[in-house]
Amino acid sequence: MRKMLTIISNVLRGSASRNGAELVSEGARLVVSARTYADFTPQASFDIKNCDVHKLEEGPPLQAVLTREEGLQYYRTMQTIRRMELKADQLYKQKIIRGFCHLYDGQEACAVGIEAGIKRSDHLITAYRAHGYTYTRGGTVREIMAELTGRRGGIAKGKGGSMHMYTKHFYGGNGIVGAQVPLGAGVALACKYLGKNELCVCLYGDGAANQGQIFETYNMASLWKLPCIFICENNQYGMGTSVERAAASTDYYKRGDFIPGLRVDGMDVLCVREATKFAAEHCKSGKGPILMELLTYRYHGHSMSDPGVSYRTREEIQEVRSKSDPITLLKDRMLSNNMVSVEELKEIDVEVRKEIEDAAQFATTDPEPPLEELCNHIFYNEPPMKVRGISPWIKLKSVS
Amino acid sequence: MASLRLLLRSGKNAVAAVLRREFHGTPPAAVQVTVRDALNQALDEEMERDERVFLLGEEVAQYDGAYKVSRGLWKKYGDKRIMDTPITEMGFAGIAVGAAMAGLRPICEFMTFNFSMQAIDQVINSAAKTYYMSAGLQPVPIVFRGPNGASAGVAAQHSQCFAAWYGHCPGLKVVSPWNAEDARGLLKSAIRDDNPVVFLENELMYGVPFEMSEESQSKDFLIPIGKAKIERQGSHVTLVSHSRMVSLCLDAAVVLAKEGIECEVINLRSIRPMDTEAIETSVMKTNHLITVEGGWPHFGVGAEILAEIMEGPAFNFLDAPAVRVTGVDIPMPYAKILEDNSVPQIKDIIYTVKKTLNV
Repeated sequence: MRKMLTIISNVLRGSASRNGAELVSEGARLVVSARTYADFTPQASFDIKNCDVHKLEEGPPLQAVLTREEGLQYYRTMQTIRRMELKADQLYKQKIIRGFCHLYDGQEACAVGIEAGIKRSDHLITAYRAHGYTYTRGGTVREIMAELTGRRGGIAKGKGGSMHMYTKHFYGGNGIVGAQVPLGAGVALACKYLGKNELCVCLYGDGAANQGQIFETYNMASLWKLPCIFICENNQYGMGTSVERAAASTDYYKRGDFIPGLRVDGMDVLCVREATKFAAEHCKSGKGPILMELLTYRYHGHSMSDPGVSYRTREEIQEVRSKSDPITLLKDRMLSNNMVSVEELKEIDVEVRKEIEDAAQFATTDPEPPLEELCNHIFYNEPPMKVRGISPWIKLKSVS
Repeated sequence: MASLRLLLRSGKNAVAAVLRREFHGTPPAAVQVTVRDALNQALDEEMERDERVFLLGEEVAQYDGAYKVSRGLWKKYGDKRIMDTPITEMGFAGIAVGAAMAGLRPICEFMTFNFSMQAIDQVINSAAKTYYMSAGLQPVPIVFRGPNGASAGVAAQHSQCFAAWYGHCPGLKVVSPWNAEDARGLLKSAIRDDNPVVFLENELMYGVPFEMSEESQSKDFLIPIGKAKIERQGSHVTLVSHSRMVSLCLDAAVVLAKEGIECEVINLRSIRPMDTEAIETSVMKTNHLITVEGGWPHFGVGAEILAEIMEGPAFNFLDAPAVRVTGVDIPMPYAKILEDNSVPQIKDIIYTVKKTLNV
């Protein structure tokens, strides 16, 4: 039996090569394993961690089905975010990116899992650690990186920077801690008002979770049954302050009080996805808001000016990396269930690296925005107007 | 007794409103309308015109509005479009801004602009700056409205004027209507504007009736934001003012006219963008400038006007330094005699004109 399989496999490999299944990448020649898709498991079911619940009869399912396509897509997306953030780190150290730069590596499963649980037509808003979400919500690596380097090809034409990136149904990127939560509830209000069957995901961190305006928002969202999913990305530290030093109650999923909540393993993309689906179902059935706490971790410090080791140990960071890395978790699952081959994943890695390199190349060579555009975009739908410049004789022009 | 008077006044206005609406076939004649009713009608008409327009704020619905500006609207439009909020300014201002980002056209009422300080981050950082930060991807069509400035006996925490605070910020439009016509035309323009507009009303003006022309009663009567109005022509001195102080300037002008001094009174209507050109044209005619405002002197609206005149062509036409008449630089006291002496009175304007003209 095995001999026959080997023969068939050889034949197929041979025919695949003839049909040009050989894929070339720069540097090395890599050949896609000529194992056909028939060799891979098309889908598998995985046990996922139970979620702690608050004011809910039951939580999300304890099993998640992952198809091969989904797995490959999640892997590629998470890897892209990972490499993009690491590239940003590099460019920042070279002083090509300046100002604020808050990196998302370690938290990829959150952005990817959430996006997998909602529709593109749903809405999302987050705080300043936003590069991952800008990508999952439709931004390209090119325009994200060019925005970080402040060039005209940036997603906000270089006028926003790291914390102010926008795409369709993605409202940034917000610099003021906590302010994005009422904004997100407002988006949800608009969804309900306009009768679209859409919801808004409002993200905030463990640091922001103590903000008064968030509790004001819980109150109104609950009163008016707004279709929002509040998500606390608990990465254990608000800048340099650990959760125990900032919050009298670190059960962030319970802080919504009258709002039902769940606490989710944020390092497992499937767990995040299932919880998000569960939450979306709750919202869209008219039950009002729901709260999710994602337990996650950031490898980098708070921002590029924070080495991230004065308030936590290197051992802790290393431990999370080795035991709970979201990309490794997915990769191991897929490999051990024969859903993908090592070569195929390596190839995705190579493609991702190339995409990031190209984007970085663009981001470093694209010119800065022209000075003529300095005063544009003050008002929408407005005839051109004068703007007062640095001194009385400098008359600048603003175009909508 | 006061409440009976209020009831009668509102009844009279309601009757006037009904009569007016009966005759919509023929063009309406000029009629007396209070600032409150002008605002109310503008809100009603704009909500009827565009389904995306809605009003939220404290007591706007079932209470008919803390100052009755939104009277009758909840009965007509219901919970979906007239929303009572809890007393959580930062939260509901943020919700309003988010709704504007997602395609609605909210009118966010602050019971007074003093309370807007709790929400000022949402007004400036979330509303005003977003269109610029997103390089044109995300407009925010929102109106923040409510009474601004001094009232009567409400003391320090409820009497601050925010014209200078909001006027300082790029990305916002700031308007300050004086009479009923201003209120109607500017509110309509503000609601139809695709940008964040701060609409500064005045509580003491709500009950004041003004004659409104036929034209100003049309459903599409709009006053452009950024244009001032010359309320009174004059040749000896230019008085520039906004909101309630325009009334005082006009009253002072009447008194001064008896002594042969003709004041030109400019009603700014908009704080930002400000119609500097209108002021310059006037100063080049009269050669004297006095600004009159209720707010504090330092870094205020008057300070800005004087700076712009210094930097512009009108400077060379001044025969005397331009000066400001402002509120006293103190938190507003309670006792009537103290409060009366904390804000400009007609006699203060007259005194300043005479000093400037050296008469």
